[in-house]
Amino acid sequence: MTKPMMTSPLKSLLARAAVALAATFALAGGAFAAAGGGLQNANISLADTASLQRGAGLFFNYCSGCHTLDYMRYSRIGEDLGIDPADVEKNLIFTGAKVGDRATNHMSAEHGTAWFGKAPPDLSLEARAKGADWIYTYLKSFYLDPTRPLGWNNTVFPNVSMPNALWELQGLQVAVTRPGQGEGAEPVIEGLELRDPGRQNEREFDRTVRDITAFLEYVGEPAALKRTSMGVWVLLYLAFFTFIAYLLNREYWKDVK
Amino acid sequence: MAGVFANLGNWFNERAPGLAPFYSKHMSAYFAPKNFNFWYYFGVLASVVLVNQILTGIFLAMFYKPSAADAFASVEYIMRDVEWGWLIRYMHSTGASLFFVVVYLHMFRGLLYGSFKKPRELVWLIGMLIFLVLMAEAFMGYVLPWGNMSFWGAKVIISLFGAVPVIGDALVTWIMGDYLPADATLNRFFALHVVALPLVLLLLVALHIFALHEVGSNNPDGVEIKKGPKGNRWSATAPADGIPFHPYYTVHDLFGIGFFLLIAAFIIFFAPTFGGWFLEHDNFIPANNLATPEHIKPVWYFTPFYAMLRMIPAKLPGVIVMFLGIAFLFLMPWLDRGRVRSIRYRGLGYKIALGLFAVSFIMLGAVGAGVSAETIPVWFGADADVTTIENLFGRFWTLVYFAFFAFVWIYTHFGLEKTKPVPERVTTHD
Amino acid sequence: MANDVVVDKGRRRFLTATTAVVGGAGAVMAAIPFVKSWEPSAQAKAAGAPVLADISKIEPGQKVTFAWRGLPVFVVNRTEAQLAALPAEDSRLKDPNSDNTDQQPDYAKNEHRSIKPEWLVLVGICTHLGCVPDFFGEIKPEPFDPNWKGGFYCPCHKSRFDIAGRVFDGVPAPSNLAVPAYHFVDDAHILIGVNPGEKA
Repeated sequence: MTKPMMTSPLKSLLARAAVALAATFALAGGAFAAAGGGLQNANISLADTASLQRGAGLFFNYCSGCHTLDYMRYSRIGEDLGIDPADVEKNLIFTGAKVGDRATNHMSAEHGTAWFGKAPPDLSLEARAKGADWIYTYLKSFYLDPTRPLGWNNTVFPNVSMPNALWELQGLQVAVTRPGQGEGAEPVIEGLELRDPGRQNEREFDRTVRDITAFLEYVGEPAALKRTSMGVWVLLYLAFFTFIAYLLNREYWKDVK
Repeated sequence: MAGVFANLGNWFNERAPGLAPFYSKHMSAYFAPKNFNFWYYFGVLASVVLVNQILTGIFLAMFYKPSAADAFASVEYIMRDVEWGWLIRYMHSTGASLFFVVVYLHMFRGLLYGSFKKPRELVWLIGMLIFLVLMAEAFMGYVLPWGNMSFWGAKVIISLFGAVPVIGDALVTWIMGDYLPADATLNRFFALHVVALPLVLLLLVALHIFALHEVGSNNPDGVEIKKGPKGNRWSATAPADGIPFHPYYTVHDLFGIGFFLLIAAFIIFFAPTFGGWFLEHDNFIPANNLATPEHIKPVWYFTPFYAMLRMIPAKLPGVIVMFLGIAFLFLMPWLDRGRVRSIRYRGLGYKIALGLFAVSFIMLGAVGAGVSAETIPVWFGADADVTTIENLFGRFWTLVYFAFFAFVWIYTHFGLEKTKPVPERVTTHD
Repeated sequence: MANDVVVDKGRRRFLTATTAVVGGAGAVMAAIPFVKSWEPSAQAKAAGAPVLADISKIEPGQKVTFAWRGLPVFVVNRTEAQLAALPAEDSRLKDPNSDNTDQQPDYAKNEHRSIKPEWLVLVGICTHLGCVPDFFGEIKPEPFDPNWKGGFYCPCHKSRFDIAGRVFDGVPAPSNLAVPAYHFVDDAHILIGVNPGEKA
């Protein structure tokens, strides 16, 4: 005898429950506070030193004019990413800082507020606070918006004060909109479209943004570079210890009936 | 060589008052039931974590600066500039969460096997006090990095005291030493976190263990081994079902500790933030008294109680309900009049009630952590009224949580429980 | 009791010893990070980075103090007279030939204890108990020494050093004042903390 078939509403409810459960574990309370959702996968790798090195160069050329890395030392970047101290001074330090210094810059908070309406934040821990995917998507989501003070807006971070620092590379994007529902409703942004190409094509620009993202991920937690490789040895040791402790336990417990 | 050590040991014992009897009472001649199972690891694991917290905490205190201006930067200093500082800090932060994991499981063990029942009421009460102090300790430690969640967590939790009638507002200001969580608050929390509460905690833990060893350990069968037959291969007068704690449970626990450290090390080295559950993303943003984080919630181990607070639509009653959630646990030895200790031989009603109680605790945790708010649109569609559904859900499980205590009292007080016969001797079927 | 299991004592001892050794080794390994955390942090190392000292403004006979790793480093532009007085002091000194190699790099193990004879570079910390000696550069009788040919006098316990930082006999300080690693970047600058030909 086969059991009666599940009725289809029950089936769909179960299916929905499965989806919801999966979503529960994926979302969890610890997920990044994603604004707007739909973040792209940054697909970075801290093991890719070349990417981190390129990211460092890009960061100090395009970002460090306004943003600091208050907790990061130039010398540490050089050591961790295998960049010679002389090259660190030549290619990364534009402020006259010493190689052992932290990557602060000379834009004061007052200047930043005057120029951008809001002082540019320190980015030492940006990747830990927002996540790599957020940074990656954010950097790709600038578009021209004449209603904003600096003419730029961003779909990931609406009404952000920051202009697109990478526009020369990316080109100029505009929003593709459809009319909003209801009287006087704001248009809804459906997507972004490249109006004027920049110096890089899409693939090249994705790599640029990925490199910067990877670098910021590294800067968020420099210890992460050696943490996992060390962890393997610790786990192997503990597994060995636990095994011996197990044998010892079994030996003694022969006494206990 | 061995002779030298033996002589040294004798020399010492003859001069150290009470050391040898102390050792024999608590280790070599402490006869524990031989049928401990998986659930009996968590007590020793809690003490392992306590030692870890104290050791790593002492070292963190060497580098941390307890001032609103320097705290956040000093934590990053530990994470980057201090050699191995990152490891010490992750050991401490992971330890904090694992402390609650093992303590919750340890408490649940007590409910499973009736370890709170006569004659172990005092053991249970001291344990509950440990839990209370641990919550205060964890909360204050959480404030110290002075990230944005630290700041707003401090603000919200301290504001709870504002619910106290008449003196509430004055009390809140007094606790903070300012009109918002500030330098003074951080500084006093530091003192409490690193000196005062650890001392209290250590004292309570010692009392907990002494109280336990006075009456002897319970076991998964809930059989009182001291009342059973006497005599075993180690002693003619000891309970037949007892075995010396040392060496049998020391080697047993060593294995458990090894296994536990494997899990802990995995988290420390491969997922130290545990996806934002152990170290929250918003706490990597410095404290900002002008911007509340988008999702403000306590760390996971407080979320069940936090959910109760949120589910009650008034301040003082919410706070009272939250504290009752803990207070009722204190009363368990007197609420539960059932004669049988272990769940193995208790009535079906208790089994179901305890199961639901555990589920309610987890569900309330999910509500408090904001999981339900994020899941509701998936279940009910994007247009669902999240607040209404969540309140319904949360209140239901709050009710279940408290119904457990009411049910247990009625169930046992009026003799409604149908128990199974308890064996004479402990069983060893696992 | 009926518990007649034969205990293999050898195996038991072996396993106990193995667990103790493996566990002990683990405990030692676990202690390393804690011990290491007391080493100078990246911040301290950065603050202790080599110091570039401009010596162009130092007049003959004058001493200027630079801070390196939080320590005072004396730079003295010695006069001909001061240098000429050095050999005559040898008989009154503990270590006239700078044989204690801990106190100076090889390139400063010479009569004048420096790279260039006139330029003296010293860590200004008395080798007795760490006070900062005072500079008495002039060749004239001093209250503490009627035959003074210029040098350093420690106010704490009256140790005396000549104008090459060499310690006198019969004073508490055990050894000559230390010469730090340094080299001339050009005629007007020295880099304190880096040996000649070494990368910064």
